[in-house]
Amino acid sequence: MNPKEEKVKIITEEFIENDEDTGVGRQKKTSKTARQKRKKQLPTAGGPEEMVSENPHLGDQQEPMQEDSDTRPLSITSRRGPRSLPPIPSASRTGFAEFSMRERMREKLQAARFKAESTLLREIPALQPRRLQSPNKRELETEFGTEAGEEVQRTQQDDFQSYSRVKFRDSVQKIKPKLPVPPGFPSAEEAYNFFTFNFDPEPEESQEKPKAKTRAGTNQEEEEGGEEEPPAQGERRTDEEELLSAKNEEDFLLGLDHTAEDFIAIRPAEYESVHIRLQMERELLFVPSRVTVPTYKKLPENVQPRFLEDEGLYIGARPEVPRACQNTMENRLLTQEPGRKWFGDDGRILALPNPTKAFPSRPPMLTQAQDIKAELETLYRKAVKYVHRSQHMIGSGDPPGNFQLDIDISGLIFTHHPCFSREHVLAAKLAQLYDQYLARQQRNKAKFLTDKLQALRNAVQTGLNPAKPHKSLDTTQKAINEYKSEIREKVDQEADEAAYEAEIQAEISELLEEHREEYEQRMEAYRAAYQQWKAWKKAQRAKKKKKKQEHPVEEHPDEGLEEPYPGEEPVKPVPPEPTDQALVEQQVRERAARSRRRPGEPTLVPELSLAGSITPNEQCPRVEVLRREDVKRRSIYIKVIFNDKEVSRTDSRPLGADFRVHFGQIFNLQIFNWPESLTLQVYETVGHTGTTLLAEVFLPIPETTVVTGRAPIEEVEFSSNQHVTLDHEGVGSGVPFSFEADGSNQLILMTSGKVSNSVAWAIGENGIPLIPPLSQQNIGFRSALKRADAISSIGTSGLTDLKKLAKWAAESKLDPNDPNNAPLMQLISVATSGESYVPDFFRLEQLQQEFNFVSDEELNRSKRFRLLCLRSQEVPEFRNYKQIPAYDREILEKVFQDYEKRLRDRNIIETKDHIDTHRAIVAKYLQQVRESVINRFLIAKHHFLLSDLVVEEEVPNISILGLSLFKLAEQKRPLRPRRKGRKKVTAQNLSDGDIKVLVNIIRAYDIPVRKPAASKFQQPSRSSRTFSEKRAASPTTHSPTHSVDYPLGQVLVRPFVEVSFQRTICHTTTAEGPNPSWNEELELPFRAPNGDYSTTSLQSVRDDVFINIFDEVLYDVLEDDRERGRGIHTRIERHWLGSVKIPFSTIYFQAKIDGTFKIDIPPVLLGYSKERSLIIERGFDSVRSLSEGSYITLFITIEPQLVPGESVREKFDSQEDEKLLQATEKFQTECAFKFPHRQCLTTVTDISGKTVFVTRYLKPLNPPQELLDACPNSPQATAELVARYVSLIPFLPDTVSFAGICDLWSTSDQFLDLLAGDEEEHAVLLCNYFLSLGKKAWLMMGSAIPEGPTAYVLTREQSHYLIWNPCTGHFYGQFDTFCPLKSVGCLIGPDNIWFNIQRYDSPLRINFDVTKPKLWKSFFSRSLPYPGLSSVQPEELIYQRTDKAAAAELQDRIEKILKEKIMDWRPRHLTRWNRYCTSALRHFLPVLERSRGEDVEDDHRAELLKQLGDYRFSGFPLHMPYSELKPLIEAVYSTGVHNIDVPNVEFALAVYIHPYPKNVLSVWIYVASLIRNR
Amino acid sequence: MTAAGPSVFLLMVNGQVESAQFPEYDDLYCKYCFVYGQDWAPTAGLEEGISQITSKSQDVRRALVWNFPIDVTFKSTNPYGWPQIVLSVYGPDVFGNDVVRGYGAVHVPFSPGRHKRTIPMFVPESTSKLQKFTSWFMGRRPEYTDPKVVAQGEGREVTRVRSQGFVTLLFNVVTKDMRKLGYDTGPPDTQGTSGPSPPQSIPR
Repeated sequence: MNPKEEKVKIITEEFIENDEDTGVGRQKKTSKTARQKRKKQLPTAGGPEEMVSENPHLGDQQEPMQEDSDTRPLSITSRRGPRSLPPIPSASRTGFAEFSMRERMREKLQAARFKAESTLLREIPALQPRRLQSPNKRELETEFGTEAGEEVQRTQQDDFQSYSRVKFRDSVQKIKPKLPVPPGFPSAEEAYNFFTFNFDPEPEESQEKPKAKTRAGTNQEEEEGGEEEPPAQGERRTDEEELLSAKNEEDFLLGLDHTAEDFIAIRPAEYESVHIRLQMERELLFVPSRVTVPTYKKLPENVQPRFLEDEGLYIGARPEVPRACQNTMENRLLTQEPGRKWFGDDGRILALPNPTKAFPSRPPMLTQAQDIKAELETLYRKAVKYVHRSQHMIGSGDPPGNFQLDIDISGLIFTHHPCFSREHVLAAKLAQLYDQYLARQQRNKAKFLTDKLQALRNAVQTGLNPAKPHKSLDTTQKAINEYKSEIREKVDQEADEAAYEAEIQAEISELLEEHREEYEQRMEAYRAAYQQWKAWKKAQRAKKKKKKQEHPVEEHPDEGLEEPYPGEEPVKPVPPEPTDQALVEQQVRERAARSRRRPGEPTLVPELSLAGSITPNEQCPRVEVLRREDVKRRSIYIKVIFNDKEVSRTDSRPLGADFRVHFGQIFNLQIFNWPESLTLQVYETVGHTGTTLLAEVFLPIPETTVVTGRAPIEEVEFSSNQHVTLDHEGVGSGVPFSFEADGSNQLILMTSGKVSNSVAWAIGENGIPLIPPLSQQNIGFRSALKRADAISSIGTSGLTDLKKLAKWAAESKLDPNDPNNAPLMQLISVATSGESYVPDFFRLEQLQQEFNFVSDEELNRSKRFRLLCLRSQEVPEFRNYKQIPAYDREILEKVFQDYEKRLRDRNIIETKDHIDTHRAIVAKYLQQVRESVINRFLIAKHHFLLSDLVVEEEVPNISILGLSLFKLAEQKRPLRPRRKGRKKVTAQNLSDGDIKVLVNIIRAYDIPVRKPAASKFQQPSRSSRTFSEKRAASPTTHSPTHSVDYPLGQVLVRPFVEVSFQRTICHTTTAEGPNPSWNEELELPFRAPNGDYSTTSLQSVRDDVFINIFDEVLYDVLEDDRERGRGIHTRIERHWLGSVKIPFSTIYFQAKIDGTFKIDIPPVLLGYSKERSLIIERGFDSVRSLSEGSYITLFITIEPQLVPGESVREKFDSQEDEKLLQATEKFQTECAFKFPHRQCLTTVTDISGKTVFVTRYLKPLNPPQELLDACPNSPQATAELVARYVSLIPFLPDTVSFAGICDLWSTSDQFLDLLAGDEEEHAVLLCNYFLSLGKKAWLMMGSAIPEGPTAYVLTREQSHYLIWNPCTGHFYGQFDTFCPLKSVGCLIGPDNIWFNIQRYDSPLRINFDVTKPKLWKSFFSRSLPYPGLSSVQPEELIYQRTDKAAAAELQDRIEKILKEKIMDWRPRHLTRWNRYCTSALRHFLPVLERSRGEDVEDDHRAELLKQLGDYRFSGFPLHMPYSELKPLIEAVYSTGVHNIDVPNVEFALAVYIHPYPKNVLSVWIYVASLIRNR
Repeated sequence: MTAAGPSVFLLMVNGQVESAQFPEYDDLYCKYCFVYGQDWAPTAGLEEGISQITSKSQDVRRALVWNFPIDVTFKSTNPYGWPQIVLSVYGPDVFGNDVVRGYGAVHVPFSPGRHKRTIPMFVPESTSKLQKFTSWFMGRRPEYTDPKVVAQGEGREVTRVRSQGFVTLLFNVVTKDMRKLGYDTGPPDTQGTSGPSPPQSIPR
């Protein structure tokens, strides 16, 4: 910034301050001043100064009012302080006008001196200014009135600030306008006055009059000027002139301000009445009206509103503004002076497209309650946990590989390769440039820009037409200017594009026009300047004259002081030069010639061809030959990696001499889920040695709109960072090389290239793209199209249907001009304009109609046809339907009834059979899972292996051959015959009665014994021991104590066994004593359901074999002792003691069951106690006494032996790592080879039919808090409680639910949701609970009786191991002989599997220390480390509290139903209910639950006896987990309580349900029969 | 059976397994059985049979003649699952073990009258050369688990077979009430038809 500019700045600052000072009511003038200033300085300062001075003024113009009100009170005094001293301004104002000023001042001073005497002599009244004040003020007020709009900001402060100074101000104001109008700088008189004033106040008055005169004169002049000149500019100019002069004057006068402070008078505080204030406010405040502003007011006159949208330009949606607000704003803007610039061509306020969201992110507030419609009311819905139920329905027709991604790898081009020779490098560069050119050509940039230019020109034309240059408004002008600048830009930008003569002409004419306009403007400016100049001249002349009169002998001491006055003498303006057309044209042409194609010159299109011949090998140098050979040895292939898994790879193709590899392979990826990543790996093979990964290419996952056939081939670049140095001509990769001979200009090129590929979604048979649903996508993949998303509204399939698309576009009213929609609109226009007729149907079998012999409806109505269809679909009801009748009329409607009912009920959950709704849902769900599994099984049944069809002998190995040779020498009748396996019968040709279940009851131990009614208060032994006692395994705690009560030889109990199966009952003879031996074989016939003896049907038999032990009690009913000799009148009563339940499925799969089972004896057996007599104690070893309870030895089998169905050979798909799966197979075969009979489990099938690694099921899971809280001090008690909780979940064998097809494992949450599962699920849950309790726990796979292969849980306590039966909740020490677990196959922990490779597998004889590799073979070892498999279990189990009320209700219902049943079972007898006893029992059941059936017998008995002393009763509580009603009824029935037919018998039945979390219910049923003692 | 018309039709098949051509083998016997659909039920006669062992004739025909009679009557409501006769031929190998020499099946002719059928016979092949040898050595050639497999198409894709010879069968077929039920299987001449004219649409 040069000093000159600085000065100008300072001057302008001065002006700003002046503006402020002029203050209230002078805003108009201020703005004018600004403009004036601009005008003024143009001719004088020009160039950069103009800009500098202009800027602050513009800023000033924008906010004059605020500054007025706020800054003045302080700033005035402070700023004026120094200003009042003349030297300071003078010091700052040394400048360009300085010298002339000095000159003039000198003149003036001389003139003043000359006139000094006359001035001094003159007498001027001091009050003259006051007189003049009033009219002046009025004048100002009128100004206020007209310009009220600009006066909004005036504050009260304004009014009473420095009231004392008002006088002076008034005078200032009074004087200001009257001053003559010197342009820009203070006139000579002013300067003179300024300097003289301080010394001599009198001249001021003398000055006043001429000034007023001059003012009047100028005013006149202004008016004249306004008429002469074009109105806008002329007016402005005169005003500005006037103002400027005023300002200068004020500046001058304010110097006086300070000196005048001495006259301040003190006055009382000022009061303004409300009235006045209102008045003033009315004056000051502007209230815009709300009336709609007519369009013509907003537009320049005679201009029609112009709607850009109609002209085809895109206008975004305007933001929503209420009409009233808009009106207010318009009114407000219109009152402002340049208000119209705020309005667009269409007469509306200019607005940008709405940037805000269309939908509120906050829900709308409903303030008025009555407005809420019914449908808007909030409904409370309980949160429902979403379980993937549908996915288990495998049979529902989802074909595998729902979705398909087609990856087309067409080829590979290397842009650099280590084997590139230098020539290749150059060629690659050339090719790259050519590609760039092509790309540019394709984008058609030149055409685009040309078109845009054309469009803009058109717009200018249309913009200009309505707006005559004479009356053009600011806005239009501005728009045109914008267009023009844009055109200019365009012209410049596309200067290197194609050029045409016409365009040059157009440009010239444009330029000319522009020049002309500019010229006109300049002319105007010139004229104005000239005018001003003329005026100034006049004034100058007048002033000179006057000054000479006023200051004839004015002596100025220092001439140097006068010069700083910035008042500039206006330079005579120079008229602007008219534009020279020729010159402009020449310029344009020059530029065109420089950059454009000459007209007529042909367009050059470069083309790259690879036609050059390659030098044959013989002529090449050796290194080049070597290079070529190297290239030949290389081949490339590409691996396709989908979600980080290799899915396929291309063939290996040799690298061509041109470094292009053509693959042309399409990979169809059948996928399930939305792809996460898609990668191509480029591999290079050199010779036969090594394969190196060159690079990875990441492909984008295609949009859902990209389908096969429409996907363009894309080239994806890749590059590798490998460093290759070659010993031949090849330049290598990543190593510097140079083209120059001296090795300068080194280049380092890396291996790079392009893979041309296309990725698209396949289209299914029915034209639906095979794209995973959007819900599967991550949010990141969502397309940017949101609101107006065609895909979301019509679906992806619609995109293939152009008609649908066009229809959608028409309906959704897409803005065709919105650039976002451009491709869509183009597509639609292409689609709709195409006249080719596309039929809207496709017929596959054209002649089908002709071949139909009946109409479809008729065919569907035919019952016979329907029956045939259903049978061929193998619908269960009709699978074996034989002899479908020949006529419809012979088919009864009821054939379909069951089937239809089943279909109907599929989705209806009926609570009739299931008292508890949750159970009903679960039952339904299980049914559905079962159906789907069966469907799958049926499908699998139709897959055949060779072994299914052809019997072929295995190739005998040497051992078999040897054995068979040995057999020849074998004795025909050996002395010790070996047991031979029974002949197995395939179940096809069997019929009812062919199959029998054989139950061999051998003996029993420790049967409870009767207790004489007399010994009421004896101390019975406890039925069970505590945890510690069991563990301690010490027999001493149980010494027999009550043998005294029973005299030797007295019959304690007469037990017999009754076996019931399928309601067939057989029983043994009665034995005597607590350790009876029966050794009897019972034969029970077996009936398969529906007479279907197929394997599947047999597998699904759900009947149980009940083995009940009864005590036969003989009562003497002889009433008269006298008759005793003649007849025996006894009544046989039988009292249930306990039972064993064995499911038929177990027998079926095991073929035989042989062992000693614990009899399930109720915790309380009224009238019985478990005593051990001395005889027995002596007779048996102490081992037996280790264990509590009664035992029975059984042997059960089926005759003839049935072949159990084999599980389906089906390799389930898996999400496990392939390596892991292979490892499991290897592990299993290894284990099976060593110990073929030991269970080894590595993978299991989850409920959705996928193979899962088994350790994923084990994870610490929280047991219900309720259980943990029950006994916080005792971890053992907690463990027992947890085990009990698990055992209370109903048991449902997989083999029954899933027909032995496969063993499905559900996760613990699924298990708890289903509330049904088999041993594995129980064991997994229990193990997880133990893990969470901090125990060391394993899942133990092995075989037990009677379950067969099963799962137990092993835990390690401090020093010993415990074996838990998860289904019963019992636990056993490792060395417990009565532990039902007989063999251990493997242990499964959360992170490993250990297979038992010890010699023995009985838990008694094995070591459970899994850290010993000699005893346990672990799956994960050092060679295969544990990969950290994630668990399939949920993070946490959530337990809902079971509804107590529902449980109570269920309890009542069960009780009622059971009572009814008992009455039903006694059809010939009256059933009386003893209410008293019932209520007593009812009170007792919760106690049993609390104590878990232990240690209560004595109290209970005592209490009952006390209450019901005169009754002889027998009864017992039954305890079961609740699943459904039927098992409860069965259990009650099997006890035979109802069989008592004593005439005066009474019954008592009480039911108690204890709810545990998660709907696990523990059911207690107390049944008793009472006979009144006589 | 109501007066309105029969609800079943009857198919009576009699005839014989006449002879066989097995150039390489001698002393063969055959078994036959019928395979039929769910709507079929045998009402009379034998469903299966096993023939005597026959030796080749000494003449140039080298025929193995069984002349084993077939006599069975079926009733049905539906031609679907029309009966097929399944034949399997056995004979001793060099070690004297009975091995299968051929399986074959053919539908019972649809139309009434006398029909002669010659059916090719085949046996399943061993899966490997070694197997073939051992099976030959052990006298346990591969066999179908159930001869009825040859009457169905399902699952056959997993087997490989070799043809061995031919068996000639003679059928005499009589049907009853087929026309009344709307099934026209006979030759175009309608001379023997009785009862109402064939129904125009499916019976109801």
